[in-house]
Amino acid sequence: MNNLSNNALYHYLIGMADDALVLGQRTSEWCSRGPFLEEDIALSNVALDYVGRARMFYQYAADVEGLGRTEDELAYFRDEREFTNLLINELPNFDFAFSMVRQYFLDVNACLYLEKLSLSSDQHLSEIAAKAVKESRYHLKRSRTWLVQLGQGTEESNRRMQSAIDELWGYTPEMFIMTEAEASLLATQVSVDRKDLQQQWSATVTADVQEANLQIPDQQWQVVGGRDGDHSEHLGHLLAHMQILQRSYPGLEW
Amino acid sequence: MKKSNDLYEVFLRSIRGVDHRHVGSLHADTAEQALTYARDCYTRRSEGVSIWVVKSTDITASQEQDAQSFYDPMDDKPYRHASFYVLPDEVNNM
Amino acid sequence: MSDSEQAVFDRRIEAEQKIEPKDWMPADYRKNLIRQMSQHAHSEVIGMQPEGNWISRAPSLKRKMVLLAKVQDEGGHGLYLYSATETLNVTRDEMNEALHSGKAKYASIFNYPALSWADVGAIGWLVDGAAIVNQISLQGTSYGPYSRAMIRICKEESFHQRQGYEIMVVLAKGTAMQKAMAQDALNRIWWPSLMMFGPHDSESAHSGRSMQWKIKRRTNDDLRQSFIDQTVPQIKFLGLELPDPDIKWNEQRGHYDSGEIDWDEFKRVISGDGPCNRDRLRHHKKADGDGQWVRDALHAYHSKKDAVSAA
Repeated sequence: MNNLSNNALYHYLIGMADDALVLGQRTSEWCSRGPFLEEDIALSNVALDYVGRARMFYQYAADVEGLGRTEDELAYFRDEREFTNLLINELPNFDFAFSMVRQYFLDVNACLYLEKLSLSSDQHLSEIAAKAVKESRYHLKRSRTWLVQLGQGTEESNRRMQSAIDELWGYTPEMFIMTEAEASLLATQVSVDRKDLQQQWSATVTADVQEANLQIPDQQWQVVGGRDGDHSEHLGHLLAHMQILQRSYPGLEW
Repeated sequence: MKKSNDLYEVFLRSIRGVDHRHVGSLHADTAEQALTYARDCYTRRSEGVSIWVVKSTDITASQEQDAQSFYDPMDDKPYRHASFYVLPDEVNNM
Repeated sequence: MSDSEQAVFDRRIEAEQKIEPKDWMPADYRKNLIRQMSQHAHSEVIGMQPEGNWISRAPSLKRKMVLLAKVQDEGGHGLYLYSATETLNVTRDEMNEALHSGKAKYASIFNYPALSWADVGAIGWLVDGAAIVNQISLQGTSYGPYSRAMIRICKEESFHQRQGYEIMVVLAKGTAMQKAMAQDALNRIWWPSLMMFGPHDSESAHSGRSMQWKIKRRTNDDLRQSFIDQTVPQIKFLGLELPDPDIKWNEQRGHYDSGEIDWDEFKRVISGDGPCNRDRLRHHKKADGDGQWVRDALHAYHSKKDAVSAA
């Protein structure tokens, strides 16, 4: 790595790449398990968007790092402690409500965030963001519709959605924490200030959750640490699955 | 409560300038939802620039037994077709 | 005096015209179609499972995307086929129930496990390859919606076989371990792939009728021979050993001869006792059961909306 700002950019990119890969991996687990065939197919499209996004970020990160590593080496040969994704992305798909509420929380944030990132002074980053924001707008349209339909559907669906919101709520503040790397890239307008987005995120989410006959929890708990490699126990299992072949037979082509 | 959702027929316009064409059907609760799923299920290779969805039950179809009165009167108007007119070989591609 | 409906139908079949949903058709023709088409649809959907089993473990991000897109396509093809079958006045719910009760079958190949990454390659190459041979001939099937679904599916499926063969090429050219993995997958998946074409023509319960009605266009044995003929050179190109010692070029016939399929195994697997039959159904039923509250909530939501807008 040739200088400090490249180092920061690398870490910034890796965080976004890990976010995308881990959520893509989780979402792909729905394939052949959706609540009906049309939704099954639609969920795979979302997963494909995220894996595609991960590849763009990893490829760029590998370029910036300049050590000749590939996207796959970054994805398959780093351990749990080196992954810096948000915790909310790695939680299992406990049920469809859980996955949809998570997706909704992340989609609202992604639309706000990527919109700004598409104006980044870093041209490559702005191009990735411009592509990704189109996908996220579509994802949000879907997840918001699910929020309302399931919130207002039956007693059971309302109860499941509420419990998903309650369980996920404490993982949302992490979306707005700035890492050192990100903060150092603000001055050159490469990165986006996440804190600026929190208010609009809360306002949007509060309104939508109310429309869905659901409540924002009042308790103020929060769990953070993903960006520092402090993960839940779930990530290790996800990576163990994902990395098994590359780790068992390093250096081979597949 | 309905046991099952509605069947929608899906029509795609593949490129600008051509007709929408029937490609299949899917299940959805609303036209809006049908449109979203049509995008995911029938345009995975960007086959469409425009999608129509129509509730299958809203389509009124001609019946087999009507076919004679429906189409037969059109059979005797070959002059509507270009091949009716014999032109000299020198004048081709008209 | 107009012709009888049967005569009109017969003449259409004779003249290679398509039968369309609103046309009169013999009850047995309809029944036969529903059986074959729903079985085909179920095969696509159950077929998502063995390969889906490897999405989380795909050895590169590129392979993960390709595999996910491929398995998603299988779901899409299931949808095209369910949709075509529904034109025969049978609902998706009814077809699902028939699958769950064991009344409806699906291709027996999917009752075998995908045990290694090479299986993903071999499935794409051999299973999709066999399916394509069958589906190309079905583009000419006499029922319009089935034929159109087949045309659509064939167009999409060529990438499936190529991605599978590409995986095999990489493995066959890789390390000794990778080559062994490829050979093992070929050896296991070869015979079940041949079984996909169904019993010998002389044994096939539905074949005669279906050929007559032009639902099927080529016989099981004929299709199987085409598959063997096209696949043997592909095996040789990979430098793998032939999975059947009896495969030999027959100059006189202009075809490859091959060994006899283990028909007892075929019958066992078809009737529910393959290595994965129970897993496959359990998986499908679980997804269906887990999704019940979601579907209920959707209907409840939209019924309420309808009630509000009607008031």
